[in-house]
Amino acid sequence: MNKADIALELKGITKRFPGIVANDSISFQLKRGEIHALLGENGAGKSTLMNIVFGLYQPEEGEIHVNGEKALIDSPNKAIELGIGMVHQHFKLVEPFTVTENIILGTEPKRGMQTDIKGASKKVKQLSEQYGFDIDPMATIDSISVGMQQRVEIIKTLYRGADILIFDEPTAVLTPQEIIELLEIMKRLVAEGKSIILITHKLKEIMEIADTCTIIRRGKVIESVTVADTNPQELAEKMVGKAVNFKTEKQPAKPKEVFLEAKDIVVVDRNGKNVLNHLSFSLHAGEIVGIAGVDGNGQTELIEAITGMQSVKSGDILLQGKSIVNHTPRSISESGISHIPQDRHKHGLVLDFSVSENTILQTYYHPEITNKRGFIDVKARNEMATRLVKEFDIRTPGIDTRVGSMSGGNQQKIIIAREIDKDPQVMIAAQPTRGLDVGAIEFVHKQLIAQRDQGKAVLLVSFELEEILNVADRILVLFDGQIVGDTTPDTTNEQELGLMMAGKYERGGTNEAK
Amino acid sequence: MKLNEIFKRQSLFVPIIAIVLGLVLGALVMLAGGYDPILAYQSMLTKIFGSTFDIGEAIRTIVPLVMCGLAVAISFRAGMFNIGVDGQIIMGSLGALIVGTQFNLPPFLHGLVAILVGALFGGLWGALVGYLKATKGISEVVTSIMLNFIALYFSQFMINLFMLQKGTQRSEMIHDSASIQVSWLSNLAGGARIHWGFFIVILAVIFYQVYLNKTKWGYELRTVGLNPHAAKYAGMSVSRVLVRTMFISGVFGGLVGAFDVLGVFKYVAISSTTSGLGFDGIAVALLGGNTAIGVLLSGILIGALTYGSQGMSFGAGVPGEIIRMVIGFIIFFVAAPGIVKLLFRPFQKKTKKKV
Repeated sequence: MNKADIALELKGITKRFPGIVANDSISFQLKRGEIHALLGENGAGKSTLMNIVFGLYQPEEGEIHVNGEKALIDSPNKAIELGIGMVHQHFKLVEPFTVTENIILGTEPKRGMQTDIKGASKKVKQLSEQYGFDIDPMATIDSISVGMQQRVEIIKTLYRGADILIFDEPTAVLTPQEIIELLEIMKRLVAEGKSIILITHKLKEIMEIADTCTIIRRGKVIESVTVADTNPQELAEKMVGKAVNFKTEKQPAKPKEVFLEAKDIVVVDRNGKNVLNHLSFSLHAGEIVGIAGVDGNGQTELIEAITGMQSVKSGDILLQGKSIVNHTPRSISESGISHIPQDRHKHGLVLDFSVSENTILQTYYHPEITNKRGFIDVKARNEMATRLVKEFDIRTPGIDTRVGSMSGGNQQKIIIAREIDKDPQVMIAAQPTRGLDVGAIEFVHKQLIAQRDQGKAVLLVSFELEEILNVADRILVLFDGQIVGDTTPDTTNEQELGLMMAGKYERGGTNEAK
Repeated sequence: MKLNEIFKRQSLFVPIIAIVLGLVLGALVMLAGGYDPILAYQSMLTKIFGSTFDIGEAIRTIVPLVMCGLAVAISFRAGMFNIGVDGQIIMGSLGALIVGTQFNLPPFLHGLVAILVGALFGGLWGALVGYLKATKGISEVVTSIMLNFIALYFSQFMINLFMLQKGTQRSEMIHDSASIQVSWLSNLAGGARIHWGFFIVILAVIFYQVYLNKTKWGYELRTVGLNPHAAKYAGMSVSRVLVRTMFISGVFGGLVGAFDVLGVFKYVAISSTTSGLGFDGIAVALLGGNTAIGVLLSGILIGALTYGSQGMSFGAGVPGEIIRMVIGFIIFFVAAPGIVKLLFRPFQKKTKKKV
């Protein structure tokens, strides 16, 4: 093969962190003009590898070749100089600034003493037209959608002359429609001669868009395959290292009495806007209700209103007929609601605490753990932790291990174990599988279904339609603080849900405020 | 919360290297100034261990440093920076002085009540900072340093008005019944001013260790310090934890004030500045990594250095300020562990490979 056809080549990259080998002699080639997917579970070493390519980490062994020449990438600036750009999963944008200002940030073109905004925005406009971004260079970031913000990130890399673009989980925050548009843009980019590395664990996207796929497992390259010659099942098995089951097995739900009921609740944000706008719904024992919707349409507020972390302006929330609205988080937790929070690092865990200290986070004051004089019974605490580690198959060196050093899947298992162990009536699971790998996702889903089968009520909030369609028995669509759709997985599909999530269509919602 | 991260570091490697580097740099400064560092350090040690009197007086210097270290450390563990220990000390002195001069109680009981009132004054002064932070969201750094000045002038005002020793710039003496000096021990130690605080400080260190690590309140405190969002999610009342922690912090400070009045000076001098002990407490807490045993050890070190510095000027003609520099160096290296690690990186790698 001609050397010039290889945009980027990694040869035997090895990176060690204390206690683990994050990348173990990884080699792969990115051809010019191809979309190369990097597939692997969380903690497989994808991000470490890309951080090495982008100059954030230094490998201990191995070489990087860019355009056929050996390169030493010791800083992101060097990477940019070599034409490597990265579109991060979490955008790095200044919200009150305009699109153009964000793009030129750090490399402002000067005209005399002044920044040449006009010239820059002309160039942005030109890039936007060339690749079909359809973006207004003078719009401020906080006034445009998440999908558009991502495009700003992409233009930023192009503006700095990137030929190799790395996309880190780019579809995690997008609606189905936005995903389709992003994939179009990526196709356009490669048609114009750019090369793309796509980090993802979504097999559907790989099948749809990638030319080649390199699978990484536990820091090692398992295989590089041509996407046309493979199928999702095969990819998944290579990624996990064992056979996987895509369809979640479950019996039809047998809903019983109403466990949780929200009546016409209103929650306002700091600016006085109704983030939950006269929202009502009910949740029955023995069913899983999925809340679908794009991030920022009131999901967080809904969960926090139910769990008492956010005050409700008007309306009522009933748990088995008793009002719990505006009670304290502790009294709500005591009355039988468990909560798997959407941000496990922010709310769910104390990362600097050990496994055992985290398992008592919700129950530390109970008489089984703390005696009358206020002393924590370390033996009881450790017994509880040991039991949960065993029951929920939490992989940890010991119950004294710092939780921050564990993988995302095992961290989530700690939370789920703790919340299920409280034996609640209602389980609120917010994004319970975010950032988890296939094996861990399967585990979480099984646990939620097991809760349902025991006659508990489960509220599942997720941005992943696939998860909602797979696990929920009933689906409510949340848009702009209101429920705009009430349907079941059997009677709807991704397209219809996508339209409802975008606020373009309503069906069976309980929204009466309009 | 960069600052917090610095204060949470708990490796033993960094502080020990920092101490060695601090002493070496101090020696270099002495050499540059034309002094003999070996003689200086020798006379420092002689000063500390030279006689029972010196040992007693060295411990007297150490006691308030350990207490102040605990005061700062406990607030740090709850995610707060209490630079108001100075003010809490003053309030503690004031409380003890009021009881010591204005009341007549039997011996022992008088001292005990005076200590408790001093601790309460300091505790409430600290709790006020916690309350303002918890309910109004005002930074504890701002309020606690402002309250230092308020405490200073309030205390002067009270002394001037009610307890002034006529014709002097200090308060009346406390009644003898309120003294907490342990005279038979003082006599044994050649007159060193040994007081109840010597024993109370040990109780305080044990209390700190047990409270933080064995009780549910300590669990709440650490949760709030490490992740207030998780604390809220777990149904803890973050505000209550903040007020409670600052109360305890203030009690530690208040005790220092009470010890000084009841066990050392027997009066309060009208001074235009605060003692600065609270700021030394920050250094002690930082060097001790905010753990009970760490604070005890670093308090002993800094207290001994401070007391020994008097011997340096006497025996080697070295100005005592050099020791302040050494302490400064040590804190600098502890606060900037990157420098220490950079210097010792080659050694570190070798040891790691062996393991």
